[in-house]
Formats: sequence, structure tokens, C-alpha cells
Amino acid sequence: MQVPILKQRDYLIASIQAALTDADLLQLRDALVSQVGTYRSRGVIVDVTALDVMDSFAVRTLRDLAHMIRLRGAETVIVGIQPEVSFAMVQLGLTLEGVSTALDLEEGLAYLDKKLRTISAPPTSKKRG
Amino acid sequence: MPSQEITVPVNADIDIVTARQKGRELARDLGFTSTDLALIATAISELARNIILYANSGEILLSVVENGTRRGLKVVARDDGPGIPDIERALEEGFSTSRSLGLGLSGVRRLMDEFDIVSEIGNGTTVTVKKWRL
Amino acid sequence: MAEASPHPVPIQKLGAGESTAVLLRELVAHLRQSRTQLREEWARRITEAQLLTAMSKEEIFAEATAVYDNYVDVLETGAVEALQDYARNLSERIIPRGVETHEVVGIVLLLRDVLARSLFSKYRQDFDKLSRVLDAYEPAANRIGSTVAVSFVQERERIIREQQEAIRELSTPVLPVRERLLILPIIGMVDPLRARQLTEQLLRGIRTNRARVVVMDITGVPAMDATVANHLVQTVEASRLLGATVIVTGLSPELAQTLVNIGVDLSKMNTVGDLQGGIEEAERQLGYRVVPMMEEPPVQT
Repeated sequence: MQVPILKQRDYLIASIQAALTDADLLQLRDALVSQVGTYRSRGVIVDVTALDVMDSFAVRTLRDLAHMIRLRGAETVIVGIQPEVSFAMVQLGLTLEGVSTALDLEEGLAYLDKKLRTISAPPTSKKRG
Repeated sequence: MPSQEITVPVNADIDIVTARQKGRELARDLGFTSTDLALIATAISELARNIILYANSGEILLSVVENGTRRGLKVVARDDGPGIPDIERALEEGFSTSRSLGLGLSGVRRLMDEFDIVSEIGNGTTVTVKKWRL
Repeated sequence: MAEASPHPVPIQKLGAGESTAVLLRELVAHLRQSRTQLREEWARRITEAQLLTAMSKEEIFAEATAVYDNYVDVLETGAVEALQDYARNLSERIIPRGVETHEVVGIVLLLRDVLARSLFSKYRQDFDKLSRVLDAYEPAANRIGSTVAVSFVQERERIIREQQEAIRELSTPVLPVRERLLILPIIGMVDPLRARQLTEQLLRGIRTNRARVVVMDITGVPAMDATVANHLVQTVEASRLLGATVIVTGLSPELAQTLVNIGVDLSKMNTVGDLQGGIEEAERQLGYRVVPMMEEPPVQT
């Protein structure tokens, strides 16, 4: 199952709609890494609101994703982790360390705006895409 | 209430999703809290993943168990893999959750109330876990 | 422990022989006939034994009527479920009145006794028959007694659990203080159950209030064991996954030592001395600047 990836300004937004198999997750990872290159995106948001479980494979894949995307010069934010899911994750010892997280899409965009504004010099336009 | 028992064959990664969804449904029928549902689904996901990683095939058995007035969910993860050579090591805190190997059995034990493992070299592994409704 | 059965299993299966069914019917008929008199005797003995003092005479009599009829019905049909439902229903009503377990067990045993004596006097001329009647009555009566007692206890336990849950919720309030800022003051001993509830409430609070910073004040927590300390650390980690930073305030030197002993890297944890300092730090992180208002000069008269 393909995860839809939207382009908003120079960000990519991937919204996961339902439970993903391992293969789907890997496909998403590869698609995002590839598209970051194609569109020269500076930020990637992965919305996992719809995931009711984040197990060791999901966490590992998201960490790899963030790492690979950083190698391409872009920032990744994982948003929408549900309270129950976060609880299970920490019990299992999975902490998504080194990967930025935010509450939801709105917070994720705010985070990227703030972080990337401090990194790069050019004035950003105030209009939202 | 008729005792329910569901068996999910685990052969491909898509079965991991099936197993944990069925487990979640059964747990919901038992009246577990939403937090417990997440714990149970995550534990099943890890157990099913171990089957895929280490064996050709296996199965997850989900059933309702009773203990006096308490009711709970029992999950049995059985596989025909090579077996775990050093169970003690596998259960060590933090062993392999960060590596590419799946195990994470110590984590699964933390998520559930009861945990038991039987593994014999050349004879497969059976992990039994239970969670009780408060 | 009562078992659930799909249809009423005649209790006489526990007894001996086919004539048990006939005997049960006969003694049930007798108990129904003598209903008025036996019920009165039972109510009288309840008062004598000073049971159900929380209830008035009229109330006792009303409940006694219902219990008596239910008792005799179950003797006849063996339908334990109906009895369980009734017992739970009754318990739900009388527990808030302060009725205790020994009282419920007491009145059931009294009824058992009242009925047994009635059977004695009816059949005492025929010892053999009396023997068989009691063989039929005893197991049924025992089962009824334990069903009622167990149902009462279960109901009590359920109510206690609910109350505990309510208390726990009240004692760990999550306070939205400013936009994006939550304060969680923890007071008193924290056991693993409370720690878990705390975490769940905080995570939900973070989501509801869209908090970016949480100040968790543990000044009021006297001590913590390694399990609970672990919960604390997990709470901080789980909050981060929801995009919120946690500032821990009020960490005593002893508590800090506990955390270090279990291997927590305190440098990774955001700690500030006291609640005040914690809030200021939180505001700083959120980009607030608190500026004192200029005072109006006093009006000259």
C-alpha cells in the first residue's frame, strides 16, 4: 500500500493512513529519501497518527529514514504518536532517540519553520502554501 | 461466555499486522483499557516479528483465560525455528532492541504480566505471555 | 466460585438419586406454604442477632421477602444466575447503606437455619424421609449461601476499585497554566499503579492542551523506589515523543541519588531546583518574557 506524499513549499508530508506492513514501511522510506533529492526539500514530516502500534521495526525504520534524509541535507519530524503508543514504546525501550518529534502536523510545521529559519539565511515568505 | 481461541499463522510480514489486530480485538472484547490494548498489540507485533525473522513459519494463538474472578488474554507464539541458544542472554535488558535482530524479549516481558519461554536447539521456540484485566 | 451455565442445571444433580427431584418439589411447596410465618421468624431473628442495623424494620422486611422468594425459587429451579443477578443488585443497594459482609453472610445462614428447622419439624416423625429431605436440601442451600456471599464480596470489590480510581485521578491533576504549558504537581507516595495513571493522564493532557513544556514538580514526593523512578524517566521519554519537554522540579538530593543509582543519566534530564524556577525556565523555552506592569502613580488630591 502506497503512502501518499504531499509537497508543501519545500517540505514533504507523508500521512500514514492505516497499519503498514514491513514492506510498505520500507517503500515509504525509500520514496521519501528519493523525493527529498528530486524536490530539494528541506524538511520531511511523517504523520503516524493512524498507527496504533509502533514496534521495533517501525522505530528502526523511522530512525534510518531520518538519518538518510539528514544525509541529504533535510530535517525529519515524526508527528502524531498517540499517547497509548508512546507509552508502549517506552515500555519496550524504543525511544526514537535522535529523531525530532512533535504533537501533530501543525506543530511539526512550526518546528521545521523555526529550526530551518535559524539554520539558513534567506528571508522566508510568510505565505503558507 | 464461550471460550474463544484464535490461531493466526505467521509466514509473511503481513501476518504480523493480522496477528496484532486480532489480538487487539479480542483484548477489547475483554474490556482492557486503551493503554493496555496498545501494550498487548505491541507485544504481539514483536513476538510475531521474531517468528518471521528466525523461523520459516509459526503461529500465534490467542485465547481468553480465567483465574478465579479475573479474566485475561493469553498469547502463545510458536515457531519451528532453530531455537535460542542462550535464553538468559536473550532476556537481558536492552539486548538487541537497537540492533537489526528483532528479539526484544525483555521488552515483551515488561509489557505483559506473565512471561514464559521454552526453546530448544533445533526444535523451535514457544513464548507464552498473559495480561490480566484489572 | 459460581459457574455460568447456558440453561439452569437442576441442583439435584449434586444430590443422590431421582427421588431428589420429587423431594425438592415437596419441600419447596412446604416452604412456600409456610412463607408468611417463616419469613417473620427470619426477620425477627435478624433483629435479635443485631444484623442490618443500618436498615429500618420495614426495609428489612421488604428485602427479606425478596430474598426468601428468591431463595425458594432457586431451590426449585437451580437457576444460579438469576440468584447472582439478584444478589449483586441487592448488594449494590445495601453497600452504600453501610451493610457489611458478615451481616450478609449472617442473614443468609439464618434463613438457611430457619428453613432447615421448619423441615425438621415437618418430617421429624419419619426419620428416614427427613434424612432424604435434608440430603436434597443441604447441597442446594450451601450453594445458595456461597453464591450470595460471593456476589456481595465481588460487588464490594468493584465499588472499592471504582473509588480508588476516582481518588487517584483527583490526586494527580494536570494543570494548564499558560498556553502550551502544563504543570503537574505530584504529592504523596507514588506506587507503580499511581505512577502509571499519572503517565496516562499527563500524556492525554499534553495532547488535549497541545502542551510543549511540562513542569513536573516532585517536591511533595517523599521517596521513590527504583520502579517508580523508572516510571518517571519513562514519562519524560513518552512526553518527548508527543513533542513536549519535561522539566522536573523539586528533585531532592536523595531522590537524585536514587535516579543515579538506577542508571539514569541526570544530565539528559531537564531538572530545575524549585517549581518557580521551573516555570520561569518553561516560559523561557516557550519564548515568553514576563514583564512587570507599570504601576499607576497615586492620584494627588
